[in-house]
Amino acid sequence: MNLAFGSKDLIFQQELQAFLAECLPDDIRERCARGLIVGNEDLIRWQRILYDRGWMAPNWPVEYGGTDWTLTQKYIAAREFAAACAPLPTFGITMLGPVLIAFGSAEQKAFYLPRILKSEDVWCQGYSEPGAGSDLANLKTRAVRAGDDYLVNGQKIWTSYAHWADRMFCLVRTDPAAKPQKGISFLLIDMDTPGIEIKPIIGLDMGHTLNEVFLSDVRVPVKNRVGEENEGWTYAKYLLQKERSFVARVAQSRHLVQRLKRIASEQKMGAGYLFGSAEFRRRVSRLEIDLQALEYTELRYLSKELQGEPVGPEPSILKIRGSEIQQGLKQLLVESLGMYGVPYENDSMTVSDSYMEVGPDHRHGIVAEHLYGRGATIFGGSNEIQRNIISRMLLGT
Amino acid sequence: MDFNLTEEQSMLRDSVERFVADHYQNTDRAALVYSDLGYSAEHWRLFAEMGWLALPFAEQHGGFGGTPVDTAILMETLGRGLVLEPYLSTVVLAGGLVALAGSEVQQADIIPQIIAGDLTLALAYLEPASGFDPSHVATTARSDGDGFLLNGYKCVVYQGPSADRFILSARTEKGVSLFVLEQGLPGLCRKDFKTLDGQWASDLSLEDVSVGPEALLGGEGLALPALEQVLGRAVSAVCAEAVGSMAAANEITRDYIRVREQFGVAIGSFQALQHRWVDMHIEAELAKSMSDALAMRLRDGDEDVPAMVHATKVTVGRAAQIVGQGAVQLHGGIGMTDDYAIGHYYKRLSIIDLLFGNQDYHATRYEALEPAQ
Repeated sequence: MNLAFGSKDLIFQQELQAFLAECLPDDIRERCARGLIVGNEDLIRWQRILYDRGWMAPNWPVEYGGTDWTLTQKYIAAREFAAACAPLPTFGITMLGPVLIAFGSAEQKAFYLPRILKSEDVWCQGYSEPGAGSDLANLKTRAVRAGDDYLVNGQKIWTSYAHWADRMFCLVRTDPAAKPQKGISFLLIDMDTPGIEIKPIIGLDMGHTLNEVFLSDVRVPVKNRVGEENEGWTYAKYLLQKERSFVARVAQSRHLVQRLKRIASEQKMGAGYLFGSAEFRRRVSRLEIDLQALEYTELRYLSKELQGEPVGPEPSILKIRGSEIQQGLKQLLVESLGMYGVPYENDSMTVSDSYMEVGPDHRHGIVAEHLYGRGATIFGGSNEIQRNIISRMLLGT
Repeated sequence: MDFNLTEEQSMLRDSVERFVADHYQNTDRAALVYSDLGYSAEHWRLFAEMGWLALPFAEQHGGFGGTPVDTAILMETLGRGLVLEPYLSTVVLAGGLVALAGSEVQQADIIPQIIAGDLTLALAYLEPASGFDPSHVATTARSDGDGFLLNGYKCVVYQGPSADRFILSARTEKGVSLFVLEQGLPGLCRKDFKTLDGQWASDLSLEDVSVGPEALLGGEGLALPALEQVLGRAVSAVCAEAVGSMAAANEITRDYIRVREQFGVAIGSFQALQHRWVDMHIEAELAKSMSDALAMRLRDGDEDVPAMVHATKVTVGRAAQIVGQGAVQLHGGIGMTDDYAIGHYYKRLSIIDLLFGNQDYHATRYEALEPAQ
């Protein structure tokens, strides 16, 4: 048993830190540090820097333009990127790339992967539907063969960044007679195909990241299907089994703790400071301690994975606890503003420019981030679904 | 970075597991609980034979030079079986203090006897008005010729009735000091009682207890740093014990809700119960990570280890309550009985939340160490 990383990994970590300090643009760092959405053009500007450095797709194999980082190094990298307040990697990198690499045709890999790496395509994920949220396998969007095409009809919802996307990877039903999981296929759809209509969904934070996507007689070439017909569920699930790490968001939460402590020790409250309140202080320290426990748990699970143990309920545990801690910290951040938690400032990036010059500068972003963050326990499999998953694995009842 | 056990550590765990299986899972723990000793002298002999009593001590005294990680592995496995033998009192606490603060003569006298299984000790450091704070000591030790005269009162001394000797904190004119006292000294009066978790403990009153200079353990007035350090290791040891107890309690509960039927189905098929069990499991997982990490950081002598001691005790204390209470709840009526094992896990786990300071105490001390930003 040993807590320290090896010297090679420590050198690697320093290399990352130096790169991030030098190359991450200040304006992008600033938005991330405040928990604000980074715009598409800024995101691409950052991704091009990563691409030039060869670090665009740490989770891909090196022959496809990924890295030869070990599992430990990938963990360290994810942590350092988050600690430096760099934007998170996008769907193309995290979700689609691994599926294409595992199941895509040679042509698909040759065409799409380099375009993802070079930020030539922005991808969105067309999974959820009005009747298929937690029960994703209940999806109804229909794809019917018509010659060399599929004719796709249906509706997707909660589609993040569909309005920025060039393409969508999409789960569709190709066999309505089969069991729900058996009749699903995985299609790659160009967003400029006729018949696609995008309607914005304005979120609690008054921002626009979510969308409805309506598909009416959308023609998708059969060659845009990934893998076999009716096997799409397997491909979508493949990712869930692979993605163990990086769901805990420890580094992001550590950043929230630092912000919170800074604000609470600077914020006057009557004769003293907010941190002078024993109750407030205690709530901060309990969350800080929970976060410490989460971080060691993440490391312990990483060490199990390095040992070659198969993935079990660990990602669900990390997701549940990580999202709860994030929400707890974001709520305390709002509370740290006192009455300045009242004015609501739309984020100029997603809505019209409306930065309000009231209250301390540190309030900028906090309420929006808190509202947006209520989704952390809902998306990616709600925490209730995660508990069902753990229960199925460990209780088997 | 590696949380996995080495081969040697696995062997240690396996040997303790075998002991628990042979001597706790198939025998009558209640008989030991209600015996005069409160544990088994025969088991203690086995502890000595297996070398566990030698584990943390230096090789020069016949020990194995083990680390807090080894102690944690042993304690975690003992915790699975709710083992009653006084390892914590004798080896971790008293033995730890002698090894850390004792003179050559005291070490050479006491440690080999502990290792041989011939000597048990108990630590008397708390008083009715001290809360959990080891520095609050009203018991006095007045110079008296070469030696000292002790007066005062110590409370809830685990293993008080059975220990051969006490290590006791008292204030001299130079500050808090430690003394080794034999059982039965004139003026040393014991009030014995059973504890909630089925052990024996005592309150001690001291009235002009006279001891020689050799009773002083370590430098006069220098007890607190040693006491804090050993209490930190004791926190690690009980946290590991709790991790073992929580794992066992969760397994017992899992097995029960899988087979207990109501409304014609196993109660484990109900989502409310499933989710409560999952939350118990998550608490136990986080506690395990903190406990393992604390043991490693104690071993490595990290500078900021005191904050980690407090953070771990807070985490494990909460987990112990959630798991213990949840286990009783998910069992329903049978969880309320003395006959069934789960209630005993609940009792020990709730005591561990208190031992060496509860969550409030450790959170307060954590805050004192963590700067605002």
